[in-house]
Amino acid sequence: MIQLRNIKKAYKTEFTSLQVLKGIDLIIEEGEFVSIMGSSGSGKSTLLNILGILDDYDEGTYTLAGELMKNLSEKQAAYYRNRFIGFVFQSFNLLNFKTAVENVALPLYYQKVNRDQRLEKAMHYLEMVGLKDWSDHHPNQLSGGQQQRVAIARAMVTEPKVLLADEPTGALDSTTSHEVMNLFQEIHQNGKTVVLVTHEQDIAEKTERIINIQDGLILNSNE
Amino acid sequence: MKFFDQDKWNEIFVSIQKHKLRTTLTALGVFWGIFLLVILLGSGQGMQNGIEKQFRGDALNSIWMYGGSTSKTFNGLPKGRRIQFNNDDFENLQEQFPEIEYLAGRVFLSGTQILKYKKKNLSFSVFGVSPDMIHVENAQITSGRFLNKTDEQKRRKVAVIGSQIKDEVFGNEDPIGKDILLGDGMYRVVGISHDPESNQAQREIYIPMSVAQVVFHGNENISNLSLIGGDLSEEQVNQLQQGITETLAANHQFDPTDNRALYINNRYEDYKRFQNLFLGIKSFLWFVGLGTVLAGIVGVSNIMLIIVKDRTKEIGIRKALGATPRSIVSMILTEAIFITSMAGYFGLAAGIVVLSLLDNLDSDFFSSPEINLGVGLAAIIILVIAGALAGLIPSMQAAKINPIVAMRTD
Ligand SMILES: Nc1ncnc2c1ncn2[C@@H]1O[C@H](COP(=O)(O)OP(=O)(O)OP(=O)(O)O)[C@@H](O)[C@H]1O
Ligand SMILES: [Mg+2]
Repeated sequence: MIQLRNIKKAYKTEFTSLQVLKGIDLIIEEGEFVSIMGSSGSGKSTLLNILGILDDYDEGTYTLAGELMKNLSEKQAAYYRNRFIGFVFQSFNLLNFKTAVENVALPLYYQKVNRDQRLEKAMHYLEMVGLKDWSDHHPNQLSGGQQQRVAIARAMVTEPKVLLADEPTGALDSTTSHEVMNLFQEIHQNGKTVVLVTHEQDIAEKTERIINIQDGLILNSNE
Repeated sequence: MKFFDQDKWNEIFVSIQKHKLRTTLTALGVFWGIFLLVILLGSGQGMQNGIEKQFRGDALNSIWMYGGSTSKTFNGLPKGRRIQFNNDDFENLQEQFPEIEYLAGRVFLSGTQILKYKKKNLSFSVFGVSPDMIHVENAQITSGRFLNKTDEQKRRKVAVIGSQIKDEVFGNEDPIGKDILLGDGMYRVVGISHDPESNQAQREIYIPMSVAQVVFHGNENISNLSLIGGDLSEEQVNQLQQGITETLAANHQFDPTDNRALYINNRYEDYKRFQNLFLGIKSFLWFVGLGTVLAGIVGVSNIMLIIVKDRTKEIGIRKALGATPRSIVSMILTEAIFITSMAGYFGLAAGIVVLSLLDNLDSDFFSSPEINLGVGLAAIIILVIAGALAGLIPSMQAAKINPIVAMRTD
């Protein structure tokens, strides 16, 4: 499903250049449930953003579902983000002026699905994350765990090829972290490819495979 | 991208409803700008209408001539001779100056005349006037007709009475065709006139000039002459005035430079002065109006910058979910155009409402304020376009920001 070959990425400013990824080789098969671990600043988010086509890379090749993700135009990038990828952020990134169900429905708006169908589908995914009764609430009326579940429903609503999550439990307490992880587990069991970044060992241990990243390189990947 | 995309409009309405402060701020600048512009230009027009109404007494482009008495000797003739116009002058002017559109003479009768009708017995001023006087005086005939050429030539004993005389003498009776006694003669009433100049004018009686000359004076004298030129430039009017002076000077043997022998009241000059005043007021109002629109443009542009900044995080989120830069720009601009158009429309409507309230305040120098709708609409369009343009560049920039970077802003 995901194939990375010698991915390199540097953040350049006017005077400095920080080489964050120094040649990442990685293969993630369809249906895998993988976590990426590493110390702060090791480049986990950078890697995940590249996987999510939210950022570009300098060197190497990234193939997603058989398609080469390189030198994409803004329009192509938008298309792949919308169709191939569901992304869950540490800080949820919901639109505060929209209700839960409208937030979940938003990616479908960019697929030109009509409003009724959008809302119906969004309701279905809200139900999956156990928030059907909260569909009319705005994000600021929801707890952190509930907001993250809304975000997961939003990531899932387009039925993407992969679900990417950058420290999805980073802002949650341990009980709610647990609930959220159960949700990922469930999604994985339904056959979806799931990749998440975390630096909590017990979270990582819930996944099938842990990829350790250090100084922009992959250390090992224990099965 | 379709403009009338129902889903898109739905998104926009939700966004507008949920961001009341942002919407209000955007709308307010445009609303206020258009509102002020309408009031300004409207009251300027009202001022002009009011002053123009002051002038409505006589035609704005009339020239009045009165005989005086000579203050210079001429061809051996002494000073102090009275200059008295007569029918020859009238005919000479008519023949020599085809550019005169209307020429009228007037003959005063000494004192007032007793009008007798049935048991009524009242005294009024009576004037002998030419048929063209209706144009020079700018009087209106509310019933019947004014004196005509045939009345003048055949010295018919007919009269046009002021509207107040009709009320005082005839009451509810229709005066047209009735015979009244003026002095020793019977006159048939042929019309009722209404001269907007003053109330005094409603108590005047007009009879043919020829009748006044023959019946009341037994001569061909004319008390004063008045005329309206055709469509003349200022220069042509001055030439006409010069020509008339020379003709009258030749007829009556006085020095054309003797400005006591002949008084000419040229209303063209007053009219010009007021036109210049109007021009001054108008240019000032336009200046202030354009300033208002300019301030509106600056305001809208600033707000657009703030809006785009304010929405950067939202833009990042939308992009992460699959929004194209184009859809982002379209969203921001459509929203801005919608808000500014509505605000402009309401500003125009509110301005017109206020103008119609001001309309009740009908004073000497203010009357029926009005605004050229085209000007109002043009101002709205300018502001809408300015807002859209001002929003275009920052929103295009914002739409290109990396979504991760955009989402990090708060
Ligand atoms: N936009 C950026 N511009 C410049 N430097 C950046 C940028 N984003 C990240 N970095 C730097 O790149 C390095 C890797 O960052 P990254 O966010 O990938 O780390 P991380 O592994 O996710 O860390 P954390 O566990 O703290 O989230 C860090 O040193 C960070 O300071
Ligand atoms: Mg990180």
